[in-house]
Amino acid sequence: MKPLLELKNVCYAYHSRAGETPALKDISFQVRQGEFIAVVGPSGCGKSTLLSLISGLLVPESGSVLFADGDGGGARREVAADSALREKIGYMLQKDHLFEWRTVYRNVTLGLEIQHRLNEENRAKIEKMLRDYGLERFRDARPSELSGGMRQRAALIRTLALGPELLLLDEPFSALDFQTRLAVCNDVSAILHREKKTALLVTHDLSEAVSMADRILVLTKRPAQIQNILELKFEEPGLSPLARRNTREFQEYFNLLWEEMNDHV
Amino acid sequence: MYKKTQTAEVRATQLAKNDPENSGTSAAQHSYLRSLRSRQYRIAVIRVLIFAAFLVLWEAAVRLGWIDGFIFSSPSRVAKTFCGMWADGSIFRHIGITLVETLISFACVVLLGVGVAVLLWYNTELSEILEPYLVVLNSLPKSALAPLLIVWLGANMKSIIVAGISVAVFGSILNLYTGFREMDPDKVKLIYTLQGTRRDVLTKVILPGTVPLLISVMKVNIGLCLVGVVIGEFIGARQGLGYLIIYGSQVFKLDWVILSIVILCVIAMLLYGILNLVEQKCLRGREK
Repeated sequence: MKPLLELKNVCYAYHSRAGETPALKDISFQVRQGEFIAVVGPSGCGKSTLLSLISGLLVPESGSVLFADGDGGGARREVAADSALREKIGYMLQKDHLFEWRTVYRNVTLGLEIQHRLNEENRAKIEKMLRDYGLERFRDARPSELSGGMRQRAALIRTLALGPELLLLDEPFSALDFQTRLAVCNDVSAILHREKKTALLVTHDLSEAVSMADRILVLTKRPAQIQNILELKFEEPGLSPLARRNTREFQEYFNLLWEEMNDHV
Repeated sequence: MYKKTQTAEVRATQLAKNDPENSGTSAAQHSYLRSLRSRQYRIAVIRVLIFAAFLVLWEAAVRLGWIDGFIFSSPSRVAKTFCGMWADGSIFRHIGITLVETLISFACVVLLGVGVAVLLWYNTELSEILEPYLVVLNSLPKSALAPLLIVWLGANMKSIIVAGISVAVFGSILNLYTGFREMDPDKVKLIYTLQGTRRDVLTKVILPGTVPLLISVMKVNIGLCLVGVVIGEFIGARQGLGYLIIYGSQVFKLDWVILSIVILCVIAMLLYGILNLVEQKCLRGREK
């Protein structure tokens, strides 16, 4: 399958008065349509920077981030220079950041409101998602009335409402307690599969990475380089993250990943 | 354990029968509420008593000759003065003019405060350039400016309103700007991830997110505007409560002075109370 996203020799460094902090060095990889990629690496290695670069919030110092949206006839273009392209990339942050001064409904429509795309068609889409993800009863509630899992689902609707072709997830479950986390992880994975989204998940939780991903990108410590790319093959395809956790392969991949990360500390 | 809960329930139902207002609450909750109510009642009564005792003491001190009523006035003299000025209508003119000046300068402070704070937020370089000036202007005693204003702008309402503005505006700008800058950077990032612009950050996050701050800043500033207006009236006015205080002290009509101070207390309380109501109304939706 044609790659949807391609990074070519991407480098990035942060600058401050105290000096230069190289964050990413020579990162190259491809993401295929419909794939679920997990990115793991030591904390502070530049995982979030990677997502910011892919989403176009940051511009690489050298190298390029290329993305092919459906409209472009498969032609890949530079993300940083193309705002129409950036609209095809959804980004979910660590916390849900639902605004307390808006109702749940007005929170999930925030992205559409900003992009002036709050039309009948998109409203209908949002209604359907609210129904599907069990939030319909809470549309006029304040975010503080929702549970942690519901908040995360609301944040996901806010992102999906924009119809992204690629979804960037920056540790979206790390603020949740363990039990909710497993459940929401399952939910989100099911939703992404149903909507056939391509996704890139940054996480520090190795078991989460193994339970959700098709491929795992292992980064070195800062400045991050790609240490290895792990391809996950499960005997039974299409397992939910929870079901994967009970398989033999899960243990093997987990140990493999564990060793991979500890070899290079 | 089960039995214990049951007895509590039984007692609660009995209590509920006795007191229809508290149906459905347990005995402990009931007695807690009762103690809470009696505490509030006690506080209210003691507050009123202190005020009444003060008035009685003041009146008695004058009547018994402990202090001179001519310079210390007395509650009855204040009341008599008030009735006299009510009858000839002059008190309404003075109160009205001070109130109008205060409200106009307050409106200007709100507009200027928010406007300049937004400008500084948009242009961080500008804010760095202006910071020392704002800090100096904020800590400068604004009463020092009043004589200048009178000379520059003339002894009229304009300079009194400007005096009112000058007292409150610099603090408002600094407070609001600090509040804008302290907004959670991840909330700002969220807007950018949704492909928003800096303008969206302002209208969707910064402004709505700082409404509670805006109201609390304004609660402080309406009082400051009143201070500024009275200072202005001290120097360059022919009507208004500030004028009444200065004129009264010059011609030794201290009843006027005391009466004006009492009225200023009431005005300050009312203005603060109004903003308190606005605050409750605005924030009710948020803290549900």
